Amino acid sequence: MSDMKQLYQEVILDHNRKPRNFGAILDANRHAEGHNPLCGDHIKLWMNVLDDKIESIAFEGEGCAICKASASMMTGAIKGKAVQEAETLVEEFRSMATGTLDPDGQANHLGKLKVFAGVKDLPSRVKCAILPWHTLHAALHSENSVSTEGAADPVPGAEIGGQ
Amino acid sequence: MKVERMNIERINIDQIRSDFPILGLQVSGKPLVYLDNAASSQMPQVVIGRIVRYQTAEHSNIHRAVHYLSELATKEFEAARVKVQHFLKAKESREIIFTRGTTESINLVMHGYGRAFIGKGDEIIVSALEHHANIVPWQMLVEEKGALLRVIPMNDAGELLIDEFEALFNAKTKFLALSHVSNALGTINPVKKMVAFAHKHGVPVLLDGAQAAPHQALDMQDLDCDFYAFSGHKMCGPTGIGVLYGKAHLLEKMQPFMGGGDMILSVTFEKTKYNVIPSKFEAGTPPIMAAIALGEAIDYLNGIGLANIEAYEGELLAYATEQVSAMPGVRIIGTANKKAAVMSFEIKGVHPHDVGTILNIDGIAIRTGHHCAQPVMQRFHVPATARASFAFYNTKQEIDKLIVGIRKVQEMFS
Repeated sequence: MSDMKQLYQEVILDHNRKPRNFGAILDANRHAEGHNPLCGDHIKLWMNVLDDKIESIAFEGEGCAICKASASMMTGAIKGKAVQEAETLVEEFRSMATGTLDPDGQANHLGKLKVFAGVKDLPSRVKCAILPWHTLHAALHSENSVSTEGAADPVPGAEIGGQ
Repeated sequence: MKVERMNIERINIDQIRSDFPILGLQVSGKPLVYLDNAASSQMPQVVIGRIVRYQTAEHSNIHRAVHYLSELATKEFEAARVKVQHFLKAKESREIIFTRGTTESINLVMHGYGRAFIGKGDEIIVSALEHHANIVPWQMLVEEKGALLRVIPMNDAGELLIDEFEALFNAKTKFLALSHVSNALGTINPVKKMVAFAHKHGVPVLLDGAQAAPHQALDMQDLDCDFYAFSGHKMCGPTGIGVLYGKAHLLEKMQPFMGGGDMILSVTFEKTKYNVIPSKFEAGTPPIMAAIALGEAIDYLNGIGLANIEAYEGELLAYATEQVSAMPGVRIIGTANKKAAVMSFEIKGVHPHDVGTILNIDGIAIRTGHHCAQPVMQRFHVPATARASFAFYNTKQEIDKLIVGIRKVQEMFS
């Protein structure tokens, strides 16, 4: 439960208030959109990938603080990285958020992104944190849109908002 | 509404709260504040005890067997049906069909009535504030039959526009499916008048009573609706049990929903003769324990008095509305003149899911999301809302905790 309080620590609230790398890149060579139809989280992501390196990255979006902060911190962590390094982070973030990777006990490259570890205790919020990373994965693979629902659902059965 | 006017003399709140073991729970080290009653209510000890007694000393499959337990279980199951009959003031117990819940009740009417009596070019009317359970089945029917779905619009307060409702009727109108009370907005629709208008056009009416049944006295003779659907778990009973009330003459001419045991009189490979109502619609072994527990929940609610519950919850809503309306940066969504104890709201600049997660840290349980009413969210231009919904076991002090929680959210996000 203390993890849950940590989730809303200053760094996440700060990124929610002042998202970094916010805005469109007009000449981007990679673009994808991610959508969580259940809560309205919506992320648009643009990148320029040159010689296997992510030269620039930016996003726009609407959503909860967890989603926006996750997107903002993701762009900071990814900028300048090789595509393979970004893919590794996607996998590690996803594992941390779903509770299969303990960022303090197992080797990883997550760094500051560890502030999102607390979502693993909130199945209904895992999708919020992961959506930007799904979108990044899609953009790197030239898919244009992803959804947190259906086959791509990271936590089936954890839908929020019904009844 | 002044706090001092709380109806303590009619509702013994301390006694009532002690009836519900779960209300003593600690969440995150804080006393549980359960404000998600529109999604599912909690269960008093008498109902829990009834389940234990049934499973300990009464359980068997019902109907047909001649042994002691089967006769006892059958008697208790049918007694529960009579309790529901009286709860609804239905004319006969055979007008009460046990289902798994409101959703199944509505689907039963769609299959049993809709597929038999609604055809190409016909029109079905629903309202803009329906739960998905009272939209999707009718959409499925409309697609299958080549019929048309018409929607009663609402105003910014979340009230249906009655003039526009009346204007929707024409010779092709064949059915009206309408919420008694909106789960997302709390609006209590003027269903008696609307049923009467539909009947003037010869149109049968189904009322989705999921949000009404636990909060006010119901009288099928007064409402005069043709079908009424509700769920046990929203009225202190267990999940897995619901009710469809239907007028006998309509149920009799409807086709069965599911085929199987109990719903037949005789079966050969050439021809099956269907059973009479209600058995015709209760194929397979029903949720016996859950039905009996629902009967116990009805006894419990009657013991408190539905009129007392309605008055007390009305005061809780008035208190919460007054407090929240006075908060800068908070907007109540759904401000109908007649409302049940449901308060949807949004905090400026904060997504409802963040509101829900932060309140949960203090043990406060609300629901956040689209409440299975996405068209309602679209109407109010919000992706989701936060929703506090009250029951007769909630208190003014719990609403105060909600208010403190909302302030805390605003401070965190300021």
